[in-house]
Amino acid sequence: MVPAMRTDVGTVTTPRRPSSRQRVTTLLGRHPLGILFAAPYAVFLAALFAYPLGLAVWISFHDYFFAAPGAVVARPFVGFANYVTVLSDPAVRRSFLNVGEFLVINVPLTVVLALVLATALNSVVHARSFLRTSYYVPYVTASVALVAVWLFLFSQDGMVNQLLGPLAPDPSWLVNSQLAMPVIALFVTWKQLGFFILLYLAALQGVSKELYEAASIDGAGKVRSFMSITVPGVRPVTTLAVILATITGANLFTEPYLLTNGGGPDGASTSPVFVMYQKGIEQGNPDVAAAIGVILVIVVLVISLIYRRLLERD
Amino acid sequence: MALIETPTPHAAQPAETRTTKPTGRRKPRTWPNLVVLFLGALVFLFPFYYMVVGSLQAKPDTSLGGAFPTGGLTLHNYAEINSRVDLGSSLVNSGIFTGGVILGTVVFGVLAGYALARLHFRGRGVLFASMLLVQIVPFQLLIIPIYVMIVRTYGLADTYLGMILPFAINSTAVFVFRQFFLQLPEDLFSAARLDGAGEFRILWSVALPLVKPALLTAVLLTFIGPWNEFLWPFLVTKDASMQPLAVTLANYISNIAGRASNPFGAILAGAVVLAAPAVALFTVFQRHFTASDLGSGVKG
Repeated sequence: MVPAMRTDVGTVTTPRRPSSRQRVTTLLGRHPLGILFAAPYAVFLAALFAYPLGLAVWISFHDYFFAAPGAVVARPFVGFANYVTVLSDPAVRRSFLNVGEFLVINVPLTVVLALVLATALNSVVHARSFLRTSYYVPYVTASVALVAVWLFLFSQDGMVNQLLGPLAPDPSWLVNSQLAMPVIALFVTWKQLGFFILLYLAALQGVSKELYEAASIDGAGKVRSFMSITVPGVRPVTTLAVILATITGANLFTEPYLLTNGGGPDGASTSPVFVMYQKGIEQGNPDVAAAIGVILVIVVLVISLIYRRLLERD
Repeated sequence: MALIETPTPHAAQPAETRTTKPTGRRKPRTWPNLVVLFLGALVFLFPFYYMVVGSLQAKPDTSLGGAFPTGGLTLHNYAEINSRVDLGSSLVNSGIFTGGVILGTVVFGVLAGYALARLHFRGRGVLFASMLLVQIVPFQLLIIPIYVMIVRTYGLADTYLGMILPFAINSTAVFVFRQFFLQLPEDLFSAARLDGAGEFRILWSVALPLVKPALLTAVLLTFIGPWNEFLWPFLVTKDASMQPLAVTLANYISNIAGRASNPFGAILAGAVVLAAPAVALFTVFQRHFTASDLGSGVKG
């Protein structure tokens, strides 16, 4: 037994070239194989995320147009010309204002409803998984399929107008320039709410139960506990939820394309991404479309930073 | 592992409340909450019910009573939409698109997640930061350059590869994999290494079996992306025989539906076919799709 042990120890201490090994370690890290494992993902990110990101900015500063593959064409640098075109275009400004209207409705509604429903869901014992599943089913279903039902529900002779009878708006919801964007905002709130309920449910698990008990002993009612314990307790998730809802709003495309038949009526429900599609791909001006994209991302980043400031104060 | 457990309802709480307040007056009454929650659930589920009912009616009946038909249901609308568009091949296209993304995500995402969680190599920090960055940059910004690259430069319009490439590895899933590998005890890995197992062997025989539930969660999470995606496949496929179902149905809604005898019926039939697989999957596996899984993964 003993000799065997000794040879074992001997083999462990034999490696005679620590220097080259060390060199590999300092150059590639302790597990060089990790580079191989991560390589496909790294290549993917470089080719389909980092490069296009740079290309988007590059295109937005050049006179870029589509050409046949392989054709060598001049695409001169034009400075901020595309940005000037974009910012002076009323259709683009309209689309940004539309999304602003969308966000004003969608973000508060999403955050309040998600937190209230998650809190209620957290307090019940029965039928939890049934309820939870009901709430996130719209989230996992394709927008295109859900738009189909909403088209049916909110059409001129649809069920919503039937129920409202004489109170039905005229012109009807989706062809009414005052109501088209609010209907889209409601649709997206309804579709995404389940995701935000799940986020808040996770956050609520982290709020200490003792706080509620203490508050209840001190005579605080349900509403008071909710406002003074739950709301501050989940504040980081509220910041996240507000930012995510804003990003979702900035990405709006399918709903204006299908629900209001191409941003109608008369451009009242266009979105920046929809205008990007029209200008970039339908009309063949990718440079202008890229400039819209860059502006959109900058606006989203600025709004997110403002939210963080506002929500994480105190 | 704790991550995939459904958060247990506070089983201990009622007992505690009873000890502090013997009157039981403070015991939370949950039925008002339940009423609100069930009314809410009705709002969420009714459109799905209405989708199915509408797809089975020969003539649209938009009155309230029409939502609860007593008879006369027919599969005619399904035949109608199937005669206008090829539902079968659209479903196959959706399946290939989704399957390709899931395959890419599972194979390369697991490798990357494992490397990010367990291996020390040069560039790990940069890769991790990029993974997080992807979550906040809206994909729509990349639509134009990716369209330029894939459709114009590489000529991949109307191909499965062109459809799959931008989604090939889901970064949220990579993040989920990393989190799960990170939770495994380090001893497990050092023991396996001491036994002379290579990294690939450790990943395959030690780590992977332990994170099987995470795999399921990540697959579900990945599924909803491509199956429901509209904008990208809409841009990359002009040939109707290559279009996934979401694109086919959208084109039907905006171009063809007006000429059908019961346009809404046929549209709703298509919507049912598009929605059914996702709804079925998430109902069956709802246990695996809980708050904490998503808590860290940023977007869906």
